[in-house]
Amino acid sequence: MQITINGQQYSVDVAPDTPLLWFIRDTLGLTGTKYGCGIAQCGACTVHLNGAPIRSCVTPVAAAQGAQVTTIEGLAQDGQLHPVQQAWLDLQVPQCGYCQSGQILSAVALLETNPNPSDEDINTAMSGNICRCGMYSRIRAAIKQAAGVQMFDPAVEVANG
Amino acid sequence: MGKWTRRGFITAGVIGGGALVVGVALRPGNRNDKLRPYVEGPDEVLVNTWLKIDSANRVTVIVPHSEMGQGAQTVLAQMLADELDAKWDDVSILEAPAEDEYANYALGYGYLFGGMQVPEILVGTLTGLTLQAGKAMHMQITGGSMSIRTTGEYGMRIAGAAAREMLLEAASEVWDVPVEQLRTDQGQIFKSDGSIAAPYSDFAAAAGEKTPPYSPKLKEVSQYRLMGKNIPRRDLPAKVDGSAIFGIDVSVPGMKVATIKAAPVFGAVIDSFDSSSALTLAGVERVVALDDAVAVVADSYWNAKKGLDAVDIRWAQHENSSIDQAAIFEQFESAIDAALASDEIEPEVNVGDANAALAHASSILDVTYRTPYLAHACMEPMNATASVVGDTCEIWVGSQNPLGAKHAVAEALGIPAENIIIHNYLMGGGFGRRSFYDTIVQAAKISQQAGSPIKLVWSREEDMQHDFYRPAFSSRFQAQIDSKGQPVAWRNLFVNKGEPHEAPHIPYAIPNVWIGSVEKPMPIPTGPWRSVDHSQHAFFTESMIDELAHAAKQDPLQFRRALLQDKPRHLAIINRLEELSNWQQVLPEGHGRGIAIHECFGSIVGQVAEVSVRDGRLQVHRVACVADPGFAMSPDGYRAQMESGILYGMSAALSGNIEIQGGAVKQSNFHDYPSVRMATSPIIEVDIFNSGAPTGGAGEPGTPPIAPAITNAIYAAVGVRVRELPVAKQGFNVA
Repeated sequence: MQITINGQQYSVDVAPDTPLLWFIRDTLGLTGTKYGCGIAQCGACTVHLNGAPIRSCVTPVAAAQGAQVTTIEGLAQDGQLHPVQQAWLDLQVPQCGYCQSGQILSAVALLETNPNPSDEDINTAMSGNICRCGMYSRIRAAIKQAAGVQMFDPAVEVANG
Repeated sequence: MGKWTRRGFITAGVIGGGALVVGVALRPGNRNDKLRPYVEGPDEVLVNTWLKIDSANRVTVIVPHSEMGQGAQTVLAQMLADELDAKWDDVSILEAPAEDEYANYALGYGYLFGGMQVPEILVGTLTGLTLQAGKAMHMQITGGSMSIRTTGEYGMRIAGAAAREMLLEAASEVWDVPVEQLRTDQGQIFKSDGSIAAPYSDFAAAAGEKTPPYSPKLKEVSQYRLMGKNIPRRDLPAKVDGSAIFGIDVSVPGMKVATIKAAPVFGAVIDSFDSSSALTLAGVERVVALDDAVAVVADSYWNAKKGLDAVDIRWAQHENSSIDQAAIFEQFESAIDAALASDEIEPEVNVGDANAALAHASSILDVTYRTPYLAHACMEPMNATASVVGDTCEIWVGSQNPLGAKHAVAEALGIPAENIIIHNYLMGGGFGRRSFYDTIVQAAKISQQAGSPIKLVWSREEDMQHDFYRPAFSSRFQAQIDSKGQPVAWRNLFVNKGEPHEAPHIPYAIPNVWIGSVEKPMPIPTGPWRSVDHSQHAFFTESMIDELAHAAKQDPLQFRRALLQDKPRHLAIINRLEELSNWQQVLPEGHGRGIAIHECFGSIVGQVAEVSVRDGRLQVHRVACVADPGFAMSPDGYRAQMESGILYGMSAALSGNIEIQGGAVKQSNFHDYPSVRMATSPIIEVDIFNSGAPTGGAGEPGTPPIAPAITNAIYAAVGVRVRELPVAKQGFNVA
C-alpha cells in the first residue's frame, strides 16, 4: 500500500485498520498531528485528505491509499508560512497550541472552498475542533484576516498538477 | 558573596570564560558551578541562575516556569530584559532544568523577608490539600497564577537590575568615568556625552568581581520599555508550523509505546488478569502489572491500545464501589445540617453576630448550592516518557512541577534524586492537572519492568476517568435583608475547606458575616483546577448576593455598588463594567444580563454575561470583562488569559459534570464531557484596568466570575435560579 503525505510517497507496512493518525505520528514521526480523543470529537488530529479536512484518528490508513494527505508540516512552502498560519501568528492565536494544527487545517480547508466565510460558515466549519484554552475569538478573527488572501493547499495543487 | 534583599539573595561571581555572575538565589551560597553543566554552552557564561551572556552579547534568560499555554516564559524574559536594558532581539529563553537551585518555592520565602505571607496557593498546589514540609523545597511549580507576580517581580526584575548595576560599575572603572555619567540602552553602555560605547559583554568579567547591590533600583513605570508592551510570544512560531514538541511527541532511541488502564473504582487493585490473547497480537511486546493498573508495551500506540483492549482484567472488590454521586451530595448536606445544629464550628470569618441576627429575623433566605466534580480535560492526554537503567532514570515530560516529579520518581523507584534527569516539554494544557506526578511515576515503573525506554500515553478515557478532579461542594447560605432592602446577615457553611482559604470571602459591606466549613472527605482524588476553590465559591457567593439583590427588588449591579463603597478597586470595575456591558440598555424578551465580580490571586475581575433562553435553549451571546491586575506586564497576554479563563469556566458552568457511579467516573470522553465550541463561543470584550496595585495573576482570575455571571443572567432572562451546576443538568439545552 502506498500513501502520499505532504507530497512524499510512503509504503504502508502497518495493519490496514490502523488509524491514519498513528501511522503519521508513530510510524512517520510527523508529530504536528495530535491525538486528542480517538473518537472524532475534538479535531486535534485533523489532516487533509485530497484537500478535505478529516479526523485522522478514526480514518483507517487504508482509506488514504492513493490519496494526497496534507499535515501541518506540509502547509508552509519554501519556508513561507501558509497565509492562515501567518494570520495565526499575527493575532497571537495559540496558547498551549496543542489543538492548533487541527484548527489551522480546518481553517485552510474552509477558506479553500469559501474564501469569504460568514460567521455562520466559520461556526459550521470550525465547530469540530475543540480548543480547551478557548481561543475561538482569535481563531475567528484570524480566519477573517486570512480571508481574501489567496489560499493554497499543497495537496490540491499537487493533485491538480 | 551576596546579601539578602527583601526579595531574595543576590549572588555574584565569575565563571566559565570569565564573566559576570549575578543571581537572585534562594539560599545563600553560589551554586552556579553545579548548574553550569545543565545550562551553559560553549562560549557562554552563566551570569546567574536566571541569566547568562555569551561573547556576542546575547542574553539568555533562564526561566523556572514551564509553558502550558499561558505565555509566561516570554513575559518573564521581557521583565528581566527590561531591567537589564537588553536588546530584545538579542534575548533568548531557556527553561530551567529540574534542579533544586531553581526551586521557586523559595521565591515565596521572599515574601517572608518582605514581611508578606507565603502565598497559600504554593501550599495548595503541592498536594491539593496540605503543605508537606519535606516536599516543600522540591517545588518548581507553575500554578497559582504565580509566574509574573512572584518569579517575575521578585526574581527576574531584580536579577536584571542587579546585573545592569554591576556592569555599569565595571565600565565606570575600566573607562575611569563616574557611574553617574554612564547610561545603558539596548545591551550597550554609553558615556552620557556619547563619546564612548561598548557592549555589556566587554564588562561581564569585570562585573563578576563586584559585590552585588544590596537592593538594586528597579525602573519606574514611566521607564519601562518592554514591560507593559505587547511582544510576540516566542513559543508561537513552532505552534503554528507543527514543529513544537509536546511531551507526547517525544521520541528517544529504543523507545517503546505503552498505554494503561487503571482500576476504574478509586482505590481498587488488580485481582487477576489474563494477558495471553494480548501477547499474540502484532506489535505487542509485554504486559506490565502495577498494583492498581495494567499496561501494555508495544511498538506503537495503536498496537498497545489493541493489546490493552485484549487483556482480561478482574479488579478486586473495593468498598468504594458503593459510592454514587447523589449519595455524596446527601452526605455533604447531612454534614452541613449536623454542623449547623451542633453550633460547634470554628468560623473562618466572623464579623458582627450573624447567628444572633438570623435568630431574630422573621424571614431568612436559606438555600443550598452545589458544584460537581470537574475534570481538567487538557487537550494533550496525560503522558510521560521514562528510561530507567539500573539506579538511574531519565524522564521526558510536560510538567507543571518537574522538580517535584523528580523527587516523586526517586521515592517511587527507591533511587537517589540526583540520579534522575527530567527534560521538561511544552504542555498541551495544564490547568492544575500537570502538577501531579502519577503518569510520570507509572512510566518510570513500566520502564523499570520492561527494561527499555517507554513512552506512556493515556487514552482520553483514562485521562477523563483518572484525573485529580475539582472537588464537588455543597454550600449552604442563610441570609437576611431588612425592610429597606439592606443585607443584614450572611451565614455560609460549606463542606471541605480547601485552598485558598479566602475563596469564600465576600467583599461586600454586610454588618454580620459568618463563614465556616465542615469536613466531609470523600475517597475521590481531587486537586487544583484553574483558580482552585475560587471557581466554586465565586459561583456560590456571587449567586447568593444576586439572590439578595432580587429579594430586595434592586438592580443587581446597583445593589453590589452600594455594598462596595469602601472598595475602590471593585467599585472602579463595577462602574466600567456598567458601561462596557451596556447594562442600562433594555434587552428583548427572553434575554438577560448577569453580573459577577471576584478577587483572586491578586487580580479583581468583573464580568457581565448576556444570555438568551428560547424553547429551553440557552445561548451566551456576549461577555464583557473588566480586570484589574494592578499592572498588566503583557496586555495582550493578559487579555488572552481572560478570554481563556472565561471559556474554560463557561464550558464547566454549562456542561462540565464528572459524576461518580459505583465508585468510578461515569464520563469518558468529549462526547459526555463537552466543551464550548466555535458555534457556542460568545463575543468577549476585555478591558484591562491598571490600578497600580501590586501585580496580580493572569491565568486563573478570569475563570471564577463567569459561572455566576451566566446563571445570574439566566435568572434575569427567565426567572430561573440555577443553584446547582452544570446548567445543562437543570434542563437547559446548552449545545
